[in-house]
Amino acid sequence: MYTQALNARDTETSAIEDAERLAAFQARVDAEDKIEPNDWMPESYRKTLVRQISQHAHSEIVGMLPEGNWITRAPTLKRKAALLAKVQDEGGHGLYLYSAAETLGVSREELTGQLLSGKAKYSSIFNYPTPTWADIGAIGWLVDGAAIMNQIPLCRCSYGPYSRAMIRVCKEESFHQRQGYELLLEMCRSSEEQKEMVQDALNRWWWPSLMMFGPSDTDSKHSAQSMAWKIKRFTNDELRQKFVDATVPQAHYLGLTLPDPDLKLNEETGHWEYGEIDWEEFSRVIAGNGPCNRERLAARRKAHEAGAWVREAALAHAQKRRDRREAARHAAE
Amino acid sequence: MTASDTIAATDLKGDLFAYALRLADDAAILGQRLGEWCGHAPTLEEDIGLANIALDHIGQARALYTHAAEIEGKGRNEDQLCFLRKEREFGNCLLVEQPNGDFAQTILRQLFFSAFMLPFWRKLMASQDATLAAIAAKAEKEATYHVRHSAEWTIRLGDGTVESHARAQEAVDILWPYTGELFEADDLVSRLVAAGIAVDPESLREEWRATLRQVFDEATLTLPPEGWFQTGGRSGLHSEGFGHLLTEMQYMQRAYPGMRW
Repeated sequence: MYTQALNARDTETSAIEDAERLAAFQARVDAEDKIEPNDWMPESYRKTLVRQISQHAHSEIVGMLPEGNWITRAPTLKRKAALLAKVQDEGGHGLYLYSAAETLGVSREELTGQLLSGKAKYSSIFNYPTPTWADIGAIGWLVDGAAIMNQIPLCRCSYGPYSRAMIRVCKEESFHQRQGYELLLEMCRSSEEQKEMVQDALNRWWWPSLMMFGPSDTDSKHSAQSMAWKIKRFTNDELRQKFVDATVPQAHYLGLTLPDPDLKLNEETGHWEYGEIDWEEFSRVIAGNGPCNRERLAARRKAHEAGAWVREAALAHAQKRRDRREAARHAAE
Repeated sequence: MTASDTIAATDLKGDLFAYALRLADDAAILGQRLGEWCGHAPTLEEDIGLANIALDHIGQARALYTHAAEIEGKGRNEDQLCFLRKEREFGNCLLVEQPNGDFAQTILRQLFFSAFMLPFWRKLMASQDATLAAIAAKAEKEATYHVRHSAEWTIRLGDGTVESHARAQEAVDILWPYTGELFEADDLVSRLVAAGIAVDPESLREEWRATLRQVFDEATLTLPPEGWFQTGGRSGLHSEGFGHLLTEMQYMQRAYPGMRW
């Protein structure tokens, strides 16, 4: 997950809004009241939420692709079933999130259009490929693990529908995270060859997972307002540190080495200090030049275009049913 | 001693093993095909729906393979039966292995199959084999949903737009020759039917046709005449595409033999 939306600056300044309403709104947020769809809200609050929620929804949908890549090749029936269920959960998260975004007055079709046109972003982590089965475990452990760090505070987000969606999403993500870790544990215990596959996956996913928290606080200019609105509760660097602290011992338990020569435990603070993130890579992948950006969007577009006749048929059929009901009603009168 | 134990001790053990394996193969192969859709369906709801149906089939396959392995008693497990048998050893019907095609073909394949399996599972619930009966009781609930899902979509597509109607009718015509095999009963099935273990597929024909007639009427689709039917799946003679399906499905177990996952 998927907070990169918070880091893009909203260039449109909010319209002149009644200072009293703004103050009352802020007082409700400060008092930890939930803001609901029909409540008044500042336009920029609405826009920030639409951007963040839709980006999160798109990430769930695009995120089905790298994992879906292994459904037909899962090594056992149990793993196949678990992966199917997981990818199905991601689709379900996409659905709740699009629904949460719809409560802010924007349709799923419009949001999908923004994804397919390339206008809307999704989490850049899904632009990395899944060449081996260990990648499925690594996504569960690291990507869902990072997502949980981001999303648990969102369960207390000031916007009611988003916060409620996050409560359910977090429960499922936490299951996925444990499942991914267990998958890797089994591989590491089974053979050296499999353990090497896991190490290779960790080497490839570690840094992109750290990038999931967005730019460092010194470069993230959008955070202050989102913190004041209680859409965001911790800064990017705080969340990243929590993730590193939780994950490093888990990697050691698997007997793996983290691909960061600068990683060391600071005995005084108790935190794991990590090396410099390659921000150039981060910007490049967000800008569209990651290993799979083109494939991911192409796959979404292809599914959308190939399914157009199906969606049209469903609408046409629903219209026919309405017309028949109407005709029957007239005939009865 | 359970009914399964009794049966396993009799001459029918080999038959029962093969029968459970055929049912398991049907479920595994259809689950595999449906899994190919994940992330590529026409709507998000269908991505979830098709994955859910795939999951039901994979769950059925696991229970059936495990049962088959127990009957066989040679220490094989569900994964060895699914991932380490060769093309000619699979006994699934040809219908379930047919490629997904467009959404209409996937839906019609499901309707043809599930409209058969729903009454099949209902009858199998009375099987003398207690494990098969228990698996059937769970699968029957799932098949009820599969029939509803595929019937509703068949109606939407058939009675939707000109294009969707044409595609749905084409799917019917493509898949129809694979439906005859559902009703085949070889000597193995006949022996198990006589023992009260298996279901006589012929006894399901009327209900299957009635379900289809009802759906097709509403969908404004035409059921083809009985005609000529493909056959071979039950004896391990599969479509050309089947080897490719196995290549993909069995890749990990073949590339990394004997490892735990």
